[in-house]
Amino acid sequence: MVLTGGEIVIRCLQEEKVEYVFGYPGGSVLFIYDAMFKQDKFKHILVRHEQAAVHAADAYSRSSQKVGVCMVTSGPGVTNAVTGIATAYMDSIPLVIISGQVPTAYIGQDAFQECDTVGITRPCVKHNFLVKDVKDLAATIKKAFYLAKTGRPGPVLVDIPKDISNQKCEFDYPKSVVMRSYNPVTKGHSGQIKKALQLLLDAKRPMVYTGGGVILSDASSKLIKLVKRLGFPITNTLMGLGGYPATDKQFVGMLGMHGTYEANMAMQNCDVLLAIGARFDDRVIGNTAHFNEIQRKIIHIDIDPSSISKRVRVDVPIVGNVPDVLDDMLKQLDAIEAKSDPKQIAAWWQQIATWRAKNCLKYKHSDKLIMPQLVIEKLYEVTGGDAIITSDVGQHQMWAAQYYKFDKPRRWINSGGLGTMGYGLPAAMGAHFANPKATVALVTGEASIQMCIQELSTCKQFRLPIKIINLNNRYLGMVRQWQEMFHGNRYAESYVDALPDFVKLAEAYGHVGMQITKPGDVEAALRTAFTTHKNDLVFMDFITDQTANVFPMIAAGKGLSEMILAEDL
Amino acid sequence: MRHIISILLENEAGALSRVSGLFSARAYNIESLTVAPTEDASLSRMTIVSVGSDDVIEQITKQLNKLIEVVKVVDLSEAPHVERELMLVKVRATGKDREEMKRVADIFRGRIIDVTESAYVIELTGNNAKLDAFLEAIGSALILETVRTGVCGIGRGDRILKV
Repeated sequence: MVLTGGEIVIRCLQEEKVEYVFGYPGGSVLFIYDAMFKQDKFKHILVRHEQAAVHAADAYSRSSQKVGVCMVTSGPGVTNAVTGIATAYMDSIPLVIISGQVPTAYIGQDAFQECDTVGITRPCVKHNFLVKDVKDLAATIKKAFYLAKTGRPGPVLVDIPKDISNQKCEFDYPKSVVMRSYNPVTKGHSGQIKKALQLLLDAKRPMVYTGGGVILSDASSKLIKLVKRLGFPITNTLMGLGGYPATDKQFVGMLGMHGTYEANMAMQNCDVLLAIGARFDDRVIGNTAHFNEIQRKIIHIDIDPSSISKRVRVDVPIVGNVPDVLDDMLKQLDAIEAKSDPKQIAAWWQQIATWRAKNCLKYKHSDKLIMPQLVIEKLYEVTGGDAIITSDVGQHQMWAAQYYKFDKPRRWINSGGLGTMGYGLPAAMGAHFANPKATVALVTGEASIQMCIQELSTCKQFRLPIKIINLNNRYLGMVRQWQEMFHGNRYAESYVDALPDFVKLAEAYGHVGMQITKPGDVEAALRTAFTTHKNDLVFMDFITDQTANVFPMIAAGKGLSEMILAEDL
Repeated sequence: MRHIISILLENEAGALSRVSGLFSARAYNIESLTVAPTEDASLSRMTIVSVGSDDVIEQITKQLNKLIEVVKVVDLSEAPHVERELMLVKVRATGKDREEMKRVADIFRGRIIDVTESAYVIELTGNNAKLDAFLEAIGSALILETVRTGVCGIGRGDRILKV
């Protein structure tokens, strides 16, 4: 069948069973949008800014395991999308971004709305393509989906010049992709797995540390099986929350810069560490020299060889797809007669119990001011711990991670790697489209929310019943916290003057707005929002204690056991 | 430590910038980089000379392997190999220097490939050290212009980098 390039793009997306395309039209994608207009197999979600299109597609993927798809025009359409693409890249989220480009003959002539899309996005995509011949279009899109979702996932961009989307050729969607230069592994090396199990069973102070890789590869159930069977303590990174149930007694909390005392101490003091789909980044283990002061054997399972021994030397690397490797581990474990020494493990749990007794997440309650931690605790209660929570970046993000106990994967959606303020609202939109029946709440702050606030308009257009929890402390809270702790209380540009009236703002966009100023009103407001206004978007502006800080905290450059606790101050 | 990394990659537009972009983005060192198509026109062979600790070189090879268009990566310096670089040097060749230049070129097994009344262009191949030694032997006062290709290398014997 002979189709135009624009029609081919649409057919390819249909072949990939795409449900939603998040995008914004413009000059160089007009032929593609024209072809889209004539079909009804997938829906297009018109955002108000291209950054939001990418974030929404990204959260659609994070909350569903499907590939997120977005479409933007050339030039500013692409540059606006870059923040979203870099966000997805840092957290390894599978996306396909279709971008328009000026006509082939104009490329390089500084044409209207021209930019070097392939060049600009190269460092923040898994791969990108410029389509120069309409005959390559279908195969390129097929490759883009394949690359995005296989191996270590990531965003893939396809740049399509306007003339290509108007030229015609025979459409034939390839059934499969063969690339001699790209062959991601799945199975782990069985000899390495055997070595790993021996180390684990001989360990006196074992620890399991898992990250976003467990969520991305849907390995949660296998992880639970393995950890239960071993009886070892487990911690999750910010990206890995929900990979292991937070309410289980073997879970010692999130680790890292704002991790729990017990998680960080156990991580530092363990003698055998099993790292799964995590990358030992600076916010997780802090100073590597300090981390290396204590001898421990490290086993690292990851699909990306370059994640292994990048910041920390690993003793037993296992390259493979996490669920496949965990499957093999469980099978091998059946065949091994040796068991952990129960006395040693009990003594280790005893040690962890003393760390736990610090109760590091306790905070000072107030009957005058709303403590932000309280809002998250109440949010957890009111939603029964069963909501999809998206967040922006800053103090509110850490409190959400600390106080909302995630028992299931794909419920905690945040920008962990890039730390993108403005992520949360479009992410909530994407999560809703992927899970229309789920409760979706955004935990944000008055600074972050203003970075993509225009999306309240998109939410109105598509009637998205998102609940926005705005922890309003009138400061760039995390910046203020660092300035208080490390810059002599000099609050350079962290006070946000002239905030809008968020209630009126929400109403102006056609939503429900609430302002909550008293601690006693927190729960009732949440209940009203989640029950009475179940089908509305409710913007809850919580006026919180301005001085609240996130604890425990490891200062930048410090080691895991050098935490500052709330009680130390 | 100095390493010679050999890469086989798809001969496609933009592949070179993916490699060079990787080095600058991750603050890896490039001493030299050469690239040209192989006997199979769909593939290019690239040789990069880099300096770094073993950990850094390990990361470099892993990161290179991660690039979609890279087919194979080998650290040639891990095993016996040969390396060569081509250099063209334009030198002043007048008066008594004229004879001397010819003699030095002969000693280094260089060839004079262009002659004018006042200058020679000398072609020389060898490893880094040999080319450096030649330049030193001539002395900077007489060198008008130097062009070096950067190192290309190949494994000895049965070590073959091929698809």
